[in-house]
Amino acid sequence: MKARVFVTLKNGVLDPQGKAIGHALNNLGFGAVGEVRQGKLIEVELAESDEAKARSDLKAMCEKLLANTVIEKYEIEIKA
Amino acid sequence: MKAAVVVFPASNCDRDAAVALEQITGTKPQMIWHADSEVPDVDLIVLPGGFSYGDYLRCGAMAGQSNIMRAVKEKAEQGVHVLGICNGFQVLTETHMLPGVLMRNAALKFVCKPVGLTVTETQSVFTRHYKAGQRAEFPVAHGEGNYVADDETLNRLEGEGRVVFKYAPGENPNGSVRDIAGILNDKRNVLGLMPHPERVCDPLLGGTDGRAMFESLLEALA
Repeated sequence: MKARVFVTLKNGVLDPQGKAIGHALNNLGFGAVGEVRQGKLIEVELAESDEAKARSDLKAMCEKLLANTVIEKYEIEIKA
Repeated sequence: MKAAVVVFPASNCDRDAAVALEQITGTKPQMIWHADSEVPDVDLIVLPGGFSYGDYLRCGAMAGQSNIMRAVKEKAEQGVHVLGICNGFQVLTETHMLPGVLMRNAALKFVCKPVGLTVTETQSVFTRHYKAGQRAEFPVAHGEGNYVADDETLNRLEGEGRVVFKYAPGENPNGSVRDIAGILNDKRNVLGLMPHPERVCDPLLGGTDGRAMFESLLEALA
């Protein structure tokens, strides 16, 4: 199965990159753009058919490596 | 004093650290490769500056998972001293050997320049040769040195005298909270800092303010 892991900064953690992107969008004339937050998308292929097991493995991957949970949060999306 | 310097792929200050150590302690440090799983019997382990593993995922994240870091962590728990400089500091936070995180510089730019520091704590084997409150000038060279931690952690660090270096007033180059440049772990045997003391150990390189750190270590660990 395939999974997508979204790693983003926790609410309240300052994101200067997101801010810079927001400013750039405003400068391009997209005046409606407000706050922008930047994150990472990590696609993982898993040789696993049990979705619950896959989910718990992915959670462990996030805790151990994919996210730094001091400042980042993660969401896991599993595709069959 | 016996020292070892860990070499990760894309470390680039490992030799600077080795030269400074040899000049000041008189003993050549051992260089240990990241794929090794044992650290030799030494008094000090240096995690050098650089861009280990190309800064993939997050600075220091991949190095934190390397064989050698498991061994370094064990040694630190046994009381061996560990000095993490720049990327080495990032590796120490990624392995949770030090609290907090080093985020992208607030101004989003890589900064490479000498920066004034205040030595805020001299009750440590790393800084006993400095005077409390003394100004020292070390170079910085990083894109991710913006130290961040929650208020509770910051209060504990300051209350326990574990903030060893602060950027001098008005000279914070990266937005670090409370101007923090270097911190100790709770056992005070692990120090991480963003500025580079090993680059200011020889007058030819423009300064000698870093020498006192290695002299402190030599006196404490010899």
